[in-house]
Amino acid sequence: MTGLRYVYAVCRPFGAALQSQLTGVAGAPPKLLSHHGLIAVLSEVPERDFAEGPLKAHLEDLDWLTDTARAHQGVIDALTAVTTPLPLRLGTVFRDDSGVRVMMETREEAFGRTLDRLEGRVEWGVKVYLDTEAAETARPPEKAASGRDYLRQRRMRNRSHEDMWEKAETFARRLHETLSGRAEDFRLHAPQNPTLSGFAGRNVLNAAYLVPRGKSEEFVEAVDRTKDDVPGLRVELTGPWAAYSFTGEMGETQRAEGPEEENA
Amino acid sequence: MTVVERREIALVDLLDRLLAGGVVITGDLTLRIADVDLVRIDLNALISSVNEQVPAPWGELE
Repeated sequence: MTGLRYVYAVCRPFGAALQSQLTGVAGAPPKLLSHHGLIAVLSEVPERDFAEGPLKAHLEDLDWLTDTARAHQGVIDALTAVTTPLPLRLGTVFRDDSGVRVMMETREEAFGRTLDRLEGRVEWGVKVYLDTEAAETARPPEKAASGRDYLRQRRMRNRSHEDMWEKAETFARRLHETLSGRAEDFRLHAPQNPTLSGFAGRNVLNAAYLVPRGKSEEFVEAVDRTKDDVPGLRVELTGPWAAYSFTGEMGETQRAEGPEEENA
Repeated sequence: MTVVERREIALVDLLDRLLAGGVVITGDLTLRIADVDLVRIDLNALISSVNEQVPAPWGELE
């Protein structure tokens, strides 16, 4: 059998065992490969699906991608319960264990730095949606009596759209200021495409925050407190995630961003 | 306004992280697919393929 190695994450050695029922992306249980004081979490995957060509083809297949992403996340979640994993990008595949070992040796220092920086931290995702439809239906259109009425109504509609946008942006900016003050680091992701997200609203903020576990409750409460006022705006919280958005360019861009707080 | 905490993670949130986040490893011994540009292109194809209004890009591009 010539299985390839699909690597989920690199971690420091951890005492706890992974759930016994846990399965990886191709159904095989994840294994731990220990090398140079680090652990690579990997599972065997068949070459027919995970060699470069088939993998590229599969990435275009939404059903396949969905199953693979969920299985990948399942392993990362299980790891997050027992340690602070450094997650790798989906679809990181090596020919064999020795390929994985070489990779670990080559990146030993950078892995160590990043693992130190992320130790005990989790990622929270916060998105703000402007529900344009709800804002619209809240104001039923009057019947235009004349062309001039029609133009006037249209102007008012445009103006109220602009107002909504302005309110949404102000709200998102304030929320982001509040939350980034409670986080060690943040990333602003591109707004999500409504087709993929399945939400009718416009995504005005799509941010990720790096928060120490011990401060997560406060962080979640801070998000919760934004529940009031502004109609037509929806705040969505996801997490805690492994620190996917904060793995950096192997330590380079991260270090350029200023002093790191130690949370010992 | 409500804060929504859903048990089932939306695919789009998952892909935001799994395809745009995580350590990107490139090297001789890797079957290198974890390339951001590649993934972006694939995602565009994907968006088209899930949206019936938009013809699939491999269909009839001039």
